[in-house]
Amino acid sequence: MSVSDNSAHALGAPEPSPKNGRTERLNVEQASYAYSTSAQFAPTFTLTATSFQARESELVAILGPNASGKSTLLRLITGTIAPLTGRVELDGEETSRLDVRTRAQRIAVVHQESPVVYPALAGDFVLQGRHPYGRALRFASREDIEIAHHALAQVGADHLAGRIIGELSGGEKQRVILARALAQKPRLILLDEPTLHLDIGAQVELLERLRQLAKENRYAVVVVTHELALAAEFADQVVLLHHGRCLRVGTPAVVYQRELLEQVFEAPLEVEIGPAGRPRVNLRARRGGDTT
Amino acid sequence: MRPLTVQRVLWTCGGLAVVLMACVLLSLKLGAVPISITDLVVNLGRLAIGQSDQLPTEYRLIVFDLRLPRILLGILVGAALSVSGASFQATLRNRLADPYILGVSSGAALGAILALGVAPQFAFITPIGAFLGAVATIAAVYFLGRREGELDSATLLLGGVISASFLTAIIMFLMTTLAGRDLRGAVFWMMGDLSTPVPASLRWIFIVGLFAGIGAIYTTAADLNLLLTGEREAIHLGVEVTRVKMVVYISASLLTALAVSASGQIGYVGLLVPHAVRRVFGSDYRILIPASAFGGAIAIVLADTLARTVAAPTELPVGAMTAMAGAPVFIYLLRRGMR
Repeated sequence: MSVSDNSAHALGAPEPSPKNGRTERLNVEQASYAYSTSAQFAPTFTLTATSFQARESELVAILGPNASGKSTLLRLITGTIAPLTGRVELDGEETSRLDVRTRAQRIAVVHQESPVVYPALAGDFVLQGRHPYGRALRFASREDIEIAHHALAQVGADHLAGRIIGELSGGEKQRVILARALAQKPRLILLDEPTLHLDIGAQVELLERLRQLAKENRYAVVVVTHELALAAEFADQVVLLHHGRCLRVGTPAVVYQRELLEQVFEAPLEVEIGPAGRPRVNLRARRGGDTT
Repeated sequence: MRPLTVQRVLWTCGGLAVVLMACVLLSLKLGAVPISITDLVVNLGRLAIGQSDQLPTEYRLIVFDLRLPRILLGILVGAALSVSGASFQATLRNRLADPYILGVSSGAALGAILALGVAPQFAFITPIGAFLGAVATIAAVYFLGRREGELDSATLLLGGVISASFLTAIIMFLMTTLAGRDLRGAVFWMMGDLSTPVPASLRWIFIVGLFAGIGAIYTTAADLNLLLTGEREAIHLGVEVTRVKMVVYISASLLTALAVSASGQIGYVGLLVPHAVRRVFGSDYRILIPASAFGGAIAIVLADTLARTVAAPTELPVGAMTAMAGAPVFIYLLRRGMR
């Protein structure tokens, strides 16, 4: 069984939707990439041409199992690698051509885990988000401190400013890391598996907060995840990746086709449409008598 | 939120400068010939107002020709080694990094010895040889310390220790085969010694090199704070990682080379001092670097004073003092890190 390539859909004219009128922030157009150990050998991993757009205030989920090309796509978006073909643009500028400092003013990246080697106070950690704006030794200006405070308040963590990061709970730490990203005053926030070490309550809280922040600050938010249920519930758009191919781009309702998801995630699944029009995914236990 | 301010950095440096002055006075006073503090202050005052001809001769010999140059050299070496260690710790993300443990000091010593052997008539060749030796060693150890593309803490330290051992063997080989030449002896290079003053023609090179090296590293202090969190993180926060690492590796190699070519290998200073400074003043590199410079100067002045007085009139090599204090701290930090 093969799944049709969806590049035509992704490339097509902007679909008429309630989001119309919002500025397009991120434009990934036919971007591809290949890793190889050396020029003589065939590439060890390839991400074939992938296209999607993210508008301001929109939350896009890049969804796929392990080794599907999510991290590669993330690196293409951050501009740390340049696409072999195609383009990745943020507000019309190619991200890989921006200098490191400008890129950090426009794109904030939140990784699964930020190891903290030396103990640092959460407040100081958030102030690091002002680094791309500072000069030389970057002693915090009054404005920097205000922005950092505001960022902490936005994630509901003002009270954590004086705490040592190593002593925070997983959810608290995640909020502080997100606050640092907000202090960068970015146009695009990228999160790499942000829910990995969180319990379900903290996961839902984080994603709700991300939606809210995207709306208030008109960020585009891109979340890389393998959590089917969370992406269905919170994403405006889903980019589905499998073995380095972009299989489908669209709203969760469009992407969440049972056969497609079963093939990608290699698990028996049930997809139903919930009351809000968002799909729900359930695991279908493989029991005797089930012949599908 | 209580972010670091320029004032706090300056106050800290001021305070440490006062402590350093006190240590210098103490070191001038103590020794085989004890001298009273009052005499010292009076005569230092005379020197300061340009009446050096009024100093008693014997006094001038002991205090100003023997002890003071040695103390000034100790300040230079201590500051250089501590800042070098602190900055290696950030770029290698390893708080056990130290020019001695990484083998950089041995590389510098070998470079200096080769330079001395090849062109003994040119004094300025020695620090240049030391610098080249230091740069080559840190590059080699950096690549030895990588596993699957990532810097691995234990592998890096092992790579450093093994490199040091290898380079030391070559030094011993040279010392034996070139026995006829004036290479300052194995103990000088292995254990460190502050008793040989820097040749007058090199003094300015050393002072300018020290300030240039520390200054260059200090310009990257804010970036080093972020590098500690990881290179990927630092890039996403706008740090030009490659440039910062180049600045640090070259400057730290320069500082190590200056220290080693003037005083041999004095170990563990770059480990002990930044560790102590971190405990007292926190781990922000904007305060850690200047405070380590002062702290290193204080540590070496005190260690050398001990080395001169403990077994007086015999002198111990100052590196023996620092190693006796440093090795246990290394073990302690290593074991704490393992948990």
